[in-house]
Amino acid sequence: MIVPYYHVLLFAGILFGLGVICTLTRRNLIMILLGLEIMLNAGALAFIASGLDAGQIEGQAVVIFVLAVAAAEVSLGLALITTIYRQTGTTDPRCIESDTCELE
Amino acid sequence: MTPYAVCFYLLAVVIIMTTVMAIACRNMVHTILYLVASFVGTAMMFYLLGAPLPAALEVIIYAGGIMVLFLFIVMMLKIADEKRSGQRAGRFALAGMFGSIAYLSACVLLHLLPGDAGVAMKAAFAEPARYGAFVFHRHWLSIEVISLLLLVVLIGALLLGIGDRLNRRNGKEES
Repeated sequence: MIVPYYHVLLFAGILFGLGVICTLTRRNLIMILLGLEIMLNAGALAFIASGLDAGQIEGQAVVIFVLAVAAAEVSLGLALITTIYRQTGTTDPRCIESDTCELE
Repeated sequence: MTPYAVCFYLLAVVIIMTTVMAIACRNMVHTILYLVASFVGTAMMFYLLGAPLPAALEVIIYAGGIMVLFLFIVMMLKIADEKRSGQRAGRFALAGMFGSIAYLSACVLLHLLPGDAGVAMKAAFAEPARYGAFVFHRHWLSIEVISLLLLVVLIGALLLGIGDRLNRRNGKEES
């Protein structure tokens, strides 16, 4: 016997919330991507827990797709970030299009 | 409390603490190292919940592949120190209040859920061979779609990488 299903769900919820905080409050494109990674990870955890709760292997099968989507998103996102950095010299999302960060 | 449950709560505390440290840390390299610890902890939790193959994949792909990619990029770019965002604290308080209300209502709903959501789950173990056979029998089309997605991403990353050089060469030919 492990733990009740909803304990795992609440834990995944906390992890997801931490990812949301990271994505919304940091002013750095790399940290925003990291927040997305944390959120995807929390989703994968919830899928595995639901698979165990239902006694089905289906929940674990979805995790492979979550991993593949995370890998795709990160590689394309990092390629975009390096391109943006080469053209604008910054990774702050506010400074890319406007001069607001220079005024501050 | 069974040893499984003790393991689960210990892992949960470790994962949440390392993730909070990662988010709060101003040094990007430290952030990534904390996140590696967090993902390894999550892999242990996958194993605990009866998913050995996803646990191995989590270590290899997340902690091994993705985080090393982040580390390379962080070391390659010269990132200026992040300025403290000048937003008022009131906005964060409002967001936190709404978020915690949603979270608390989810807690209450899960408590009131009919059925056996409150009963401890039985430990199970999905053998990797059975798991692989299941994925390739039932989800073979999705696997193909995912491989196509990875191919598209590969081409996209390649184009982004050589795009600058192509632009420069075209500019030279026109002038």
